[in-house]
Amino acid sequence: MSVSPSPKKELATIAIFTVAVLAMPIWLAPIGAAYPDLLQKFAIFGIFAIGFNILFGLTGYLSFGHAAFLGVGSYTAVWSFKLLTMNVLPAVIFGTVLAGLFAVLIGYVSLRRSGIYFSILTLAFAQMSYNLAYSVLTPITNGETGLQLTQQDPRIIDSMFVEAGAGLPSTTLFGLKMSGYPGFYFCAVVLIIGFWISLKIFNSPFGMKLKAIKSNQTRMGYTGFNTRPYLLVAFVISGMYAGLAGSLMAATDPLAGAERMQWTASGEVVLMTILGGVGTLIGPLLGAGVIKYFENIFSSYNENVLHQIFAALPDPLEDAVVAVTSLFVGEGWHLTLGTLFMVIVIFLPGGIVEGARRLKSLVLRPTVRKYGFKTDQPTTRS
Amino acid sequence: MDAIFLQILNGLDKGGAYALIALGLTLVFGTLGVVNFAHGALFMMGAFCVVTLQKVLTIAKRVKDPSVTFFDAYKEQPYLEIWFGDTGRAIIDYVVPISILLAIPIMLIVGVAMERGLIRYFYKRAHADQILVTFGLAIVLQEIIKSFFGANPIPVSAPHVVAGSAAIGSLVGLGDAVVYPWWRLIYLLFSGVVIFGVFAFLQYTTYGMVVRAGMADRETVGLLGINIQRRFTIVFGLATVVAGLAGVMYTPVLPPDYHMGMEFLVLSFVVVVVGGMGSLGGAVTAGFLLGVLQSFSSMTEVKAIIPGIDQIIIYLVAVVILLVRPRGLMGRKGVMES
Repeated sequence: MSVSPSPKKELATIAIFTVAVLAMPIWLAPIGAAYPDLLQKFAIFGIFAIGFNILFGLTGYLSFGHAAFLGVGSYTAVWSFKLLTMNVLPAVIFGTVLAGLFAVLIGYVSLRRSGIYFSILTLAFAQMSYNLAYSVLTPITNGETGLQLTQQDPRIIDSMFVEAGAGLPSTTLFGLKMSGYPGFYFCAVVLIIGFWISLKIFNSPFGMKLKAIKSNQTRMGYTGFNTRPYLLVAFVISGMYAGLAGSLMAATDPLAGAERMQWTASGEVVLMTILGGVGTLIGPLLGAGVIKYFENIFSSYNENVLHQIFAALPDPLEDAVVAVTSLFVGEGWHLTLGTLFMVIVIFLPGGIVEGARRLKSLVLRPTVRKYGFKTDQPTTRS
Repeated sequence: MDAIFLQILNGLDKGGAYALIALGLTLVFGTLGVVNFAHGALFMMGAFCVVTLQKVLTIAKRVKDPSVTFFDAYKEQPYLEIWFGDTGRAIIDYVVPISILLAIPIMLIVGVAMERGLIRYFYKRAHADQILVTFGLAIVLQEIIKSFFGANPIPVSAPHVVAGSAAIGSLVGLGDAVVYPWWRLIYLLFSGVVIFGVFAFLQYTTYGMVVRAGMADRETVGLLGINIQRRFTIVFGLATVVAGLAGVMYTPVLPPDYHMGMEFLVLSFVVVVVGGMGSLGGAVTAGFLLGVLQSFSSMTEVKAIIPGIDQIIIYLVAVVILLVRPRGLMGRKGVMES
């Protein structure tokens, strides 16, 4: 058994993925999701979830503090816009690198413990960052208002080349404005690169070691591996992904707030990963897409819309149905999310990917159960 | 000196709430081995028992206001007041203590239902799964409360008699200038009583002895022919009641809103970990300790030296403790070590 699939197969995977991502505006149009703002969110949260999955999916270490890296990425990117240039490339690079440095620091300390202690340690660090961002670090983070661009920003590099315009400048990639579709395609390209790196990690000996840590860390130790460096590298990589996602958020919409670092935001990425399928390549992306899509759709519904949808029902029934469903949409979208999450954890711990696999095996294997054969084993061998 | 004394009281007060929630968390963890992220939501539900009762008691009728004689003025008068006069008014005034009677059965039912309906399927699953499913449950509970009561905090007042401040300074020889709100003193006392009650229950009753035996070695107790599972379910209910009562009594201090539980949950988990996973005494000690530390670090003098320390002190202590004493202050060997 070889560790990694053939390079050809890998290439095919990445090619299909590239086409699928770049064509998102086309194939998502029928479900009403093909507008740039939402597509950007798909890509950004996809990156976040892919990165989180490298840590949680491969090593089994559940971090509840990844939002801190997201926040660091955002703040760094906005500062890069303020001080240097409106070009997104340096902002993204700075955001990723700084989040990585942060991850080295937090990871080095947190990874001394495992299990729930690790979760609590990361949670503690994230809450510390969040609280500090709100209080003492106000000069850097601008506290509750959030960090925004202003007219007075120096923008050293930009001011050398062009005269500052009248309004606030917008983020660009060498002159190409990063709003709307260009913004999405930029995020999409980053997502494809991120996916490719994650694919490489999954199939590499390094990825195998991470999986081995998940299945039995003690045995890894007896085999002669010091697991901590591997864990730290995984933690830092996944922190950098989070930083990257954060800086992309700032690149498409140049402001940063402390609420991005709150632990509920960390909870969200855990949700996405679980929903899609922990430890699978594509799962976290699916999870991110599904959650962001439904968040968008569901939270825009209100009672009037519901009344229109159920107009065909008889009136008393219609009122009853609307009364129940209205709990789950609009403001109550989180209720749907929480319920969905519980259902997934209880019944389908493998997430969407697991569900698809089960469905596939149901469809592809014609059942002969009624004759008393087990379909799992080849029945023709006897 | 005055300031320090008041800060200690403040800290013990806050610590009381932490200790009560952490105690429940530890009980559940020690008996069932389940990490319950929905515990903060139970605290919140306790608080909303008060809100519900207050809403019910103050259902009002529009009556003519006799004090205005120039024109027809109307005011809202609760039915209780109309029917029972002063007695009715007193009942409304004492809504918080009365809620305790309401909260105990409600929280017990909620707890037992939760354990039988959800938690028991998660004994054997990974801690990560337990965290995730209870986290989901916490979101669901929160959102249900939110859809009924709205997102804004709902003020609840303590009984009129204890609304003011106690001249506590003269009692300890610090002069009359040192005063402290009555209700917070009551809360401190209350948390002490509840904690003592739980410990006494576990220490001095046969039932509690069996539960402790089950915590130490579940299998052997089961082999002795005792239905340990049912007792653990009751213990889960007990933990729920403790969390609920902590919430009930906390309402006059902090107007309840739907996400108050989450804030307390995060802190209480830190408290549990600092105290040592599975150690009841550790949870209580750590709760009071962290409460006092937090209130000291929020003094202006301290903040002048280390800015922002009040925001992070608890987490900082947790990080240091976990690294220096991995089992927490009083953690036992072999608990949660994998």
